Amino acid sequence: MSGTPEQAIQVRELRKTYVVPEREGGLAAAARSLVRRRTREVPAVAGISFDVAPGEIVGFLGPNGAGKTTTLKVLSGLLHPTSGEVTALGHVPWQRETAFLRRMTLIMGQRNQLAWDIPVVDSFDLNRAIYQIPAAEYRERVKELVELLELEELLRKPVRNLSLGERMKCEVAGSLLHRPDVLFLDEPTIGLDVTMQRRIRNFIAHYTERTGATTLLTSHYMADVEALCRRVLVIHHGQLLYDGDLAGLVTRFSPHKTIVIDLEPSGPAVDGRIEALVGSPDWLVSHAEDRLTLRVPRSETAAVTTRLLANLQVADVIVEEPPIDEVIDLVFAAGPADAQAKDAR
Amino acid sequence: MRGLPLRQLVDVYRAKFRAEIALQFAYRWALAIWLLGLLLQPIVYLVVWTTVARSQGGTVGGFSARDFAAYFTIFMVVNQLTFTWHYWEFEWRVRQGFFSPLLLRPIHPLHNDLAENVTFKLLTFTVVAPVAVLLLVTFNASLNPSPWQVLAFLPALVFAFALRFLLEWTLALAAFWLTRVTAINQAYYLAVVFLSGQMAPLELLPEAVQVIAAVLPFRWMVAFPVETVLGRLSPMEVAVGLAAQLIWIGLALGLLRFGWRAGVRRYSAVGA
Repeated sequence: MSGTPEQAIQVRELRKTYVVPEREGGLAAAARSLVRRRTREVPAVAGISFDVAPGEIVGFLGPNGAGKTTTLKVLSGLLHPTSGEVTALGHVPWQRETAFLRRMTLIMGQRNQLAWDIPVVDSFDLNRAIYQIPAAEYRERVKELVELLELEELLRKPVRNLSLGERMKCEVAGSLLHRPDVLFLDEPTIGLDVTMQRRIRNFIAHYTERTGATTLLTSHYMADVEALCRRVLVIHHGQLLYDGDLAGLVTRFSPHKTIVIDLEPSGPAVDGRIEALVGSPDWLVSHAEDRLTLRVPRSETAAVTTRLLANLQVADVIVEEPPIDEVIDLVFAAGPADAQAKDAR
Repeated sequence: MRGLPLRQLVDVYRAKFRAEIALQFAYRWALAIWLLGLLLQPIVYLVVWTTVARSQGGTVGGFSARDFAAYFTIFMVVNQLTFTWHYWEFEWRVRQGFFSPLLLRPIHPLHNDLAENVTFKLLTFTVVAPVAVLLLVTFNASLNPSPWQVLAFLPALVFAFALRFLLEWTLALAAFWLTRVTAINQAYYLAVVFLSGQMAPLELLPEAVQVIAAVLPFRWMVAFPVETVLGRLSPMEVAVGLAAQLIWIGLALGLLRFGWRAGVRRYSAVGA
């Protein structure tokens, strides 16, 4: 084992291609496939590279099938890549060395790892034994997790009797008992209600802050990513479209800002002057009653706002970035050609 | 298998033991019904063969009714202590992705199954043992092993379990390549019933079948310890049998290691 690596995770030109059997429907096709099986190659990850520094929390964004889960599975050692180099904590993940496995965890929102039929606390105890957690530390950690996640009532129940949210809280707690240095979280909040999502999210934030654990997270919920990750990786069709901070993502892919202006109802009529004041008729999205909504190029935002404030009787003004989900849609629409984002972080 | 400190292993087995006991009590009726089936099976064979023996003037191929009673009762005990079920679960594990969490733990998944198996055996043995005594008494079984036979029975039993566990766990690995393994499992199960002495003592079967059962591992997985404690083998035959068991255990370990590596490679190539 090498010493402490400078990067917690290094990925170079990672590729993973699945070979899947393929046949058309129907009896004849089924008979033909007995003799000769046709297969098709499906590239899930098509050559991505990135580094993650110790303690960094990185969000993976991408539509279904983008290659997020495949990448996490390679990083955690479940999958052999087709090609490329990966190290995590100085280990090659898929060799699944004990020293590596003891320092990491993979939490999948759609899979459970706790034994279905036995009380949660028994599963915890099994993890204590497997990860060789000293008894005193184990008690202390369980106590802390029970308080933070409010597990008291759940510990004695078999997992199958828990609700989805309760189960997820227990999954998260059980996966962190051994204090992993690297966390791979694949949709940890999927299917949970908003309150439970927030609770899990807050807890993960708390854990990473306290332990300095390196974390890679995928989620369909932007709220998770916004709350936890300063840096995001956007992948689409197995390729990395963007690697940088969340704010930069918005600047890069959404060249517009939205300005909403509420006029004083008692003020003079403005109908004739609006277009001249705004600067371009294309920028005016709507004008209804006393409210103007504009979509203005980023570079013009300040000038336009100043002009409007100086010439109109304004009651209120809001300048905002477009919703992050819209930006993400834009990124996916743009595709790899437009977004060879090798931004210096 | 990875080398793990023994103390850690013992700790894992104890934790697994506690959890498994709780689980079995949670499903106590399923357990009770399963036990009933287990106990009825030898009784059926026993009654059939005792009847045959009586109708043939007392013995069949050197087995009296009392010998059959001893054979099938002891066989039930040995079979109960050595059987495994994990190969029936592998297909489901692989297909549903339940293998993944096991792979990510810093301990070989085999330990999970072995701990589960041993716990289950210890638990059910508390029922099987008194029932066996009851059967032996009821059918007036002729069981008079000499001390050396009892002594030899113990390693023979432990080896039989080790061999059966390792081989059947290796068989289970087929699920990594084939999505449906039920047919293979069924064929294997039939071979065990026939060739391990479950239907009839092997010495009553045609010579060719006896040879097959001895060349293949089946005799050494169940029948051999039974024959030993029943006093049907000479010291030399027992020694040869123990050696055969050890050779097969060595082979099974090699097969398992090879199969495991290849299987996991395959699993992690096609999408765990």
